[in-house]
Amino acid sequence: MDEIKLTKLAECAGCGAKVGAGELSKLLEGLKVRQDLNLLVGYDRSDDASVYKLSDELALVQTVDFFPPIADDPYTFGAIAAANALSDVYAMGGEPKLALNVMAVPEDMPKEAVHAILRGGYEKAYEAGAIITGGHSIYDKEPKYGMAVTGFVHPDKLLTNSGAQPGDVLLYTKPVGIGVLTAGIKGGLCDEETRKFAEGLMMTLNKYARDMMVNYRVHACTDVTGFGMLGHLLEMAQGSGAEVHLDLSGITFIPQALELSRLGVLPAGVYRNRHFAQHWVEAGETELAVQDLLYDPQTSGGLMMAVHPEDAPALLEALRQDNRVPAPQLVGRVEPYQSGKRIYLH
Amino acid sequence: MTIDARGKACPQPVVLSLHALADLKEGEVLEVWVDNEAAVENLKRMAAQKGRSASVQQESDFWRVFIGEGAQDTVQSAPQPSCGCTVMGADAVVAVGTDVMGRGSDELGRALLKSFLYALAQLETPPRTLLFFNGGAKLTVEGSQSLEDLRELESRGTEILTCGTCLDYYGLKEKLAVGSITNMYRIAEILTQADRLVNL
Repeated sequence: MDEIKLTKLAECAGCGAKVGAGELSKLLEGLKVRQDLNLLVGYDRSDDASVYKLSDELALVQTVDFFPPIADDPYTFGAIAAANALSDVYAMGGEPKLALNVMAVPEDMPKEAVHAILRGGYEKAYEAGAIITGGHSIYDKEPKYGMAVTGFVHPDKLLTNSGAQPGDVLLYTKPVGIGVLTAGIKGGLCDEETRKFAEGLMMTLNKYARDMMVNYRVHACTDVTGFGMLGHLLEMAQGSGAEVHLDLSGITFIPQALELSRLGVLPAGVYRNRHFAQHWVEAGETELAVQDLLYDPQTSGGLMMAVHPEDAPALLEALRQDNRVPAPQLVGRVEPYQSGKRIYLH
Repeated sequence: MTIDARGKACPQPVVLSLHALADLKEGEVLEVWVDNEAAVENLKRMAAQKGRSASVQQESDFWRVFIGEGAQDTVQSAPQPSCGCTVMGADAVVAVGTDVMGRGSDELGRALLKSFLYALAQLETPPRTLLFFNGGAKLTVEGSQSLEDLRELESRGTEILTCGTCLDYYGLKEKLAVGSITNMYRIAEILTQADRLVNL
């Protein structure tokens, strides 16, 4: 009877709660920052984590991510939030090492529920090979959980979202439509099996995709999260001075998400992301419901990699051999920028 | 029929409208009030998928979206949900005319009813409409033990209606805490048109 339903306490779900990309750069405008040559990736670049070079062999990767409940079950919520926070380090090609909990809970939330959120976080950190060394918790009506994560990467192996080269092949690792599916679940339109499927996807670490990709010539990488696939690809295309061509027939859409999308069961983040990116996207004849899924915020989405064309088939095959990578797929290619749109859907 | 979905976050307005469409008589227009553009866009997509027309009228601080008939031929071939997402499974109406469940002990009856409403809220496909009248009207007002479950049902798309005359009789009209007030015409309509009716 007293089982707690976390999403009832949340205004927005997961990465859908993210402040829009355009909004964020306005908020940061004119703020004074120190220059430092060892800062390899900072706030001036729209990347997943900041990177600071400690020596020629070692760079520090830092990131923080937290959000309100995306799942009703506290353990599941904790695990998803942790997988999502750890993902930014993987997206830089790094390995997470230290983590701090960031948590807000209502004062009257049962202790067992708070403990279960943390257990979800700790188990994911353990799986990732990271150590949780502390954290900070406050009281708040709306629960929130996530982590500040520190990892390491060799400076020469650092993968930003701005290194994509013309000719690169784009590989992605999770099926698309997680945000729409979450909205359908919250609206009571999906069955238990669908809910478990969605939660399983969001709990899956990007560690295994990252561990595989570092063995190949990957030029750029980002994790697809709050800005949706097109929002993150736009950042990659702009950062790399390139344009991106997506082959829609290669993209794995979650079938239930496509049906929900056609019915207009869309989180508000879809429209925020569309507003931010659509000026740069040539959608052609693409069905509206498919476009909406490409703008859909993906909580704990997969890795998007720009891979040397000679290495792409082998990496794709290697990812397919690993059942801990949910949906390895070839989504498109990178081309030299022609001064028009940045993303073309075919 | 009019649905006031202002203050509801996406995808709630579209979910409520999907349930309402099943109820709509031929030729009747569904009017949905929403207070954000994302909800307007969602409703347009839903109407297109359902083979219906949609028009939008902007008021000072909200939008009226009218979903009518029409445009049926062009979209009828569009695929209907066939996945685990049962969109219209719930067409049951539950009529609650008492604050106790069953005869015997009233104390037990009250506990049973509370637990029944809780169980309803946990169903995979909750009922389309819950009607409260006479003693049942005590369940939708401040101080009721079932408010949380009823709000849960409402957020999942169940329409919660309480008889206005009954609230008046018990002096509870100012205390309604979930759903909206209805009259005997609407109650008669819902009860006579229900596909599946559960009487308590």
